[in-house]
Amino acid sequence: MAKDLVEFRNLETHFQTTAGTVKAVDNVSFIIREGETLCVVGESGCGKSVTAMSLMQLIESPPGKIVGGEILFEGEDLLKLSKREMSRIRGNQISMIFQEPMSSLNPVLTIGNQISEPLMLHMLLDRKAAKKRAIELINLVGISRPEKIFDSYPHELSGGMRQRIMIAIALSCDPKLLIADEPTTALDVTIQAQILDLMRDIKQKLNTSILLITHDLGVVAEMADYVVVMYAGKVIEEAPVLELFQDPQHPYTKGLLKAKPIINQKQERLYSIPGQVPNPIDLEDNCHFHDRCEFCMDICKVKQPPFRSHGKDTHKSACWLYEEEREVL
Amino acid sequence: MKEVLMQVDNLKKYFPITGGVFQRTVGHVKAVDDVSFRIHRGESLGLVGESGCGKSTIGRTILRLNEKTEGTVLFQGNDIYSLPKEELRRMRPKMQIVFQDPFSSLNPRIKVGQAIGEALYDHGVTDSKIIRERVLETMNICGLASYQYDRYPHEFSGGQRQRIGIARALIMNPEFIVADEPVSALDVSIQAQIINLLSDLQRDKQLTYLFISHDLSVVEHLCDRVGVMYLGSMVEMSSTEELFRNPLHPYTKALMSAIPIPDPTYKRDRIVLQGDIPSPANPPSGCKFHTRCPIASDICKQQAPEYRDVGNDHLVACHFV
Amino acid sequence: MSADVMPITENKNTKAKAVDTPWKTAMRRFTRNKLAVIGFIMIVFMFILCFIGPLFSPHNLFDYSLKNKNLAPNGTYWLGTDKLGRDILLRMMLAGRISLLVGLVATCITVMIGATLGAVAGFYGKLVDNLIMRVADIFMALPSLPILIILGAVLSDLKVHPSSRIYYLMVIIGVLNWTTLARLVRGQILTLREQEFMQATEALGLKDKRKIFKHLLPNTIPVIIVAATLSVAGAILSESALSFLGIGVVPPTPSWGNMISAANNLIDFRKRPWLWIPPGMCILITSVAINLIGDGLRDALDPKTKK
Repeated sequence: MAKDLVEFRNLETHFQTTAGTVKAVDNVSFIIREGETLCVVGESGCGKSVTAMSLMQLIESPPGKIVGGEILFEGEDLLKLSKREMSRIRGNQISMIFQEPMSSLNPVLTIGNQISEPLMLHMLLDRKAAKKRAIELINLVGISRPEKIFDSYPHELSGGMRQRIMIAIALSCDPKLLIADEPTTALDVTIQAQILDLMRDIKQKLNTSILLITHDLGVVAEMADYVVVMYAGKVIEEAPVLELFQDPQHPYTKGLLKAKPIINQKQERLYSIPGQVPNPIDLEDNCHFHDRCEFCMDICKVKQPPFRSHGKDTHKSACWLYEEEREVL
Repeated sequence: MKEVLMQVDNLKKYFPITGGVFQRTVGHVKAVDDVSFRIHRGESLGLVGESGCGKSTIGRTILRLNEKTEGTVLFQGNDIYSLPKEELRRMRPKMQIVFQDPFSSLNPRIKVGQAIGEALYDHGVTDSKIIRERVLETMNICGLASYQYDRYPHEFSGGQRQRIGIARALIMNPEFIVADEPVSALDVSIQAQIINLLSDLQRDKQLTYLFISHDLSVVEHLCDRVGVMYLGSMVEMSSTEELFRNPLHPYTKALMSAIPIPDPTYKRDRIVLQGDIPSPANPPSGCKFHTRCPIASDICKQQAPEYRDVGNDHLVACHFV
Repeated sequence: MSADVMPITENKNTKAKAVDTPWKTAMRRFTRNKLAVIGFIMIVFMFILCFIGPLFSPHNLFDYSLKNKNLAPNGTYWLGTDKLGRDILLRMMLAGRISLLVGLVATCITVMIGATLGAVAGFYGKLVDNLIMRVADIFMALPSLPILIILGAVLSDLKVHPSSRIYYLMVIIGVLNWTTLARLVRGQILTLREQEFMQATEALGLKDKRKIFKHLLPNTIPVIIVAATLSVAGAILSESALSFLGIGVVPPTPSWGNMISAANNLIDFRKRPWLWIPPGMCILITSVAINLIGDGLRDALDPKTKK
């Protein structure tokens, strides 16, 4: 098995609002291994982006704050690093691409400028070497005529091209981990297919680990080696991708898998999870999914289920259905 | 053959591009470029395509929410572009629209009950008791509770706002509803709820839908017939079953194969299209798809293919079918 | 109806909670903004001072007494007297009435003209829009202070009675300032018109009257309130500046501006600061307070800032 690259240990990121505390990330633990793609899936507001932002330490504070836990990167706790040490890791060893390829590029700088900048900053290349490397990178992300693109401005490119450029920038310093936060959500399906292809390619060529955040189970099935499912700030299930799709354990995961219409498999009626995501403010200490769950028992309403494996070591979930103890004490 | 509810012929909608000091028109975005189709009573027609293909513009133009450039739109035999303003206003309740963005589609300063019911006031119902009753009834149908009548939109989640939008469209008992990407802004678990709501409503109220979406799987689930659009033109249209079993146009094929399937064991042989969608302001000559088409040849560059019936009510515009 | 449509999760507290209107939210945000609240308290204080204060004054506005001229602040004359022996405190309070009144009335005029023209331009568009906006451009291109000076001179020339001058002044300041507001309102309406809820009103076949009064105008009110608040300060400053230059409110009617200008010689300026510091402070406090309120309102009414 590959070495562990990043380990989240009981991470807690909270946001203080006037209405109360939002535990955006609540006791989250999982491991990203070298050369592996780990997908975090969940609906909006489940804490998947906040988890990634915590890793990058880009949480806006206030209102947000990492209040507990550890994030180990190659054995070193990132949360203990100084601002300077962290900024050396950020963009160098860990880099990130975002959902909105329009707003993540600076409109007044040329593409070339924006790619060369981190190269000169982190890799200490001179202008000429940086340009050479930048053109290589543009080539790597599948753009023809890299010299021309080098001198163009973001508005001259389409959404898909911009996302490619973002990936090129992210890859500029040979990061060990690439965080992709909904990288294809804003793109059309045919362009999404291109970008996903590109990311798979890069992973193979450069052996980069990828932390992919998405809400689309289709993307997960295509990209992931390992999947983490989040709901209302907690990890409720994690498993290797095949395991998860073939034998989902948590009712929420099951519901998600059934709720999505699949092409060429027409059903009469879609399965739907009733109700909606709970208000994240001051959640009680119970299973946050209980009011939408069709298997809800008394204990679910009062106590949080432990997160552990039931059977296979690699497949963990947090649900009372798989526990011996079911009595309300 | 069933009754034709909406008949659209050679519809064109060009948006002018202005430039220069004097805001002169320097070109046109051909958002909808010569599209014809019919929608029969009680069916749901799906329109799929990528961003900028003009599907939303069609939805708005056939309701005369923006003006057409050319062509005719007949709703129940009435040309909605030749109706005088007041008559058109009276006819509007019969054809409604549900929007994509659950946030901008509701006025933040109007209470939900009022937003749903206000159309009744302007169409002759003045008794506020009756209005309240009808609003509550419609809210109930759409899965909203009566205590939510006096609340403001900002207190609702995306899915609930979408329900409010649907209730607002339903209050006047419409016959035809344009659903413009009604679920794309929602989370998966909420999407399924709204899709089910829409299909229940169709069954109970014999509604006719024009369902606009970029998501083929949703369209397959909900629609009887599907039209595929690319850069302002219809490239293929047929019954849902036929289209998904036997897609003919290379774009349709590519679109279908591009959808990620939530099954890691699924073996796909994906057709990955090269390049980007060209700008609708300056579409390629001949067949608009030829710049990205895996099977394009010289004829495609020069000559636009005819949009023709290849049997079984399966219409397609490609030289190689 | 099917099972999955019906359930609506109700947070335990949603039912009990009173309806949270957009105005209430705005109020809450405003009251949480310390600077804005300080501004509000300051302005309330100024109003109380100017409108109620004079009732408790033992002096009279026309108590000329040369024997008491140029007294420094003391027990009888808290802020001293001017060169005609009049109580500065009383004059300052009465001047405040006029200044605040000028500010408010001029702003009302500004809002009426600006909001109406802006709304008309935005809603009807095309030719009407072009016409109104070009007129606005012309107004904006004219430098306002020289215009005010010319108009002030014209008023003097026409021998308008000093007591009715302030009314002309209000109208002139009001009329000259409408363009900013008209632009804001027009811009707001143009963006609103593109919103999907406005398309929905069209699709529902609502009448124009309902579209304008129920949907468009309520959404422009925040913009109007903020702009109006800030323009009150502007109007007060204009009035003070004009009165200082001797072409606004003219003596014996007191105004903060002409009180300062009365201290325009070096001796008064150096040796008798009680002549000009109090009215100067009033102008400063009032305009700072109003600007603080305006900024607070802007933050409170902007739906994009979520706090």
